Amino acid sequence: MSLIESQLNSENATARFTVAAGDYFLKEIKQGQTFRIVDLEGNQAADVLFYNAKDPSDRYSAMDTIRAQGNLYLSAGTKLISNTQNTLLTIVADTCGRHDTLGGACATESNTVRYSLEKRCMHACRDSWMLAIAEHPEFGISKHDITHNINFFMNVPVTPEGGLTFADGISAPGKYVELKAEMDIVMLISNCPQLNNPCNGYNPTPIEVIVWN
Amino acid sequence: MKFNMSKIIYTTEIPGNGHWSLEMRRGSLLKMTDIQGGANLAMLFYNPRNLLERYNAPDTLKCQHTFKLQKGNCLYSDMGRIFASIIDEQSAQKDGCWHDTICGNSHADQIEKRWGARNYQQDRNQWLQNGYDAFLVELAKYGLGRADMASNINWFSKVIADDAGNIVLDESIQAAGNSVTLRFEMDTLVLMHACPHPLNTEKEYPFKPVKIELGEADPVRDDDYCKNFRPENQRGFQNNELYYLGR
Repeated sequence: MSLIESQLNSENATARFTVAAGDYFLKEIKQGQTFRIVDLEGNQAADVLFYNAKDPSDRYSAMDTIRAQGNLYLSAGTKLISNTQNTLLTIVADTCGRHDTLGGACATESNTVRYSLEKRCMHACRDSWMLAIAEHPEFGISKHDITHNINFFMNVPVTPEGGLTFADGISAPGKYVELKAEMDIVMLISNCPQLNNPCNGYNPTPIEVIVWN
Repeated sequence: MKFNMSKIIYTTEIPGNGHWSLEMRRGSLLKMTDIQGGANLAMLFYNPRNLLERYNAPDTLKCQHTFKLQKGNCLYSDMGRIFASIIDEQSAQKDGCWHDTICGNSHADQIEKRWGARNYQQDRNQWLQNGYDAFLVELAKYGLGRADMASNINWFSKVIADDAGNIVLDESIQAAGNSVTLRFEMDTLVLMHACPHPLNTEKEYPFKPVKIELGEADPVRDDDYCKNFRPENQRGFQNNELYYLGR
């Protein structure tokens, strides 16, 4: 686990956005821009998908990223690889140390399996994504393109015996991850509303997105 | 959970660079056998009534608190339903099988660097096919494309991780005769290819064939091994029952 702090000053930022828990964030980031996602209050999961801005069928691929770096966890230095082997982004700073890309997003349907059929109406990340793509057809993203995401700030350790658990977060208030766009990309975030497991410390809280040119 | 081999009604073989797709009905069986040892069979599932519903590796893993797939595990769609259950497996190792679902496919450039370029003109059906293109071919037959390609299963391939998250293909459990049997819990479009696992580093392109047997399953009983393997699976089976309500 390598912790790398950023040299960028948020006072010089181009734009800043606060995303409340249960909301989505959908914006284009230009090649060369750097952005930071801040876990403002700690133990919050940010469920994120990335797309080539010119073609959403070229998108972040968890399996290609894992295979390319030979490691399950994302951290400073990780290159985020697309399904067509493009490098979409690089993680350039990280004060959390480890981010998950195995656990996927919560969905109302998977909540029925994980917790109870009667929890099907609790808000979930995938519903935030569905609303985002319905409200913003200009990005050309459809359900075909909704796939395996990154869970920034989430801790999902895998054991040598093949176990996998959602552990308590290793994040804390003010921890952040910073990425540089290597191409024009579109970022779709669901700030996770999950109340049934410790991924948000049972208390979903806001995140901040800070962008520099 | 034993099944009656007399119910196997079709047997075929997928060569170690081949691909195929077919629709399996609810209640049917698919048994895969590694004929020589060292095979990899990649697989994806879709709902033929709604092709947007597809196999979801993250949901499959987190719902069952596992990184590996083995007997007892159910294979979930992104809609909380079970495409298929792993009802039986045979392994040369005592501690059973371990199947990967996070490493994806080999790509053309990786295959070319490792073993040479794909060239039908020269190699005919012994060409060095890659897994990604094999799936693209099968997907296109159903109007699907690269956007629809989810993280697949790699049967017979064990990928382990150390505490730091470093992954490696563990070939120690690969053996001739290893098998896995799936029982389909809903009508399912099945895509498969037998191209090498993306972490395979054999000196020569490993043309490792897989035997495929298709048949009929016994009815799922209340004490079914897969249904009771995890409490989550009981709820998955409930979702399937709701899906077939009135049919």
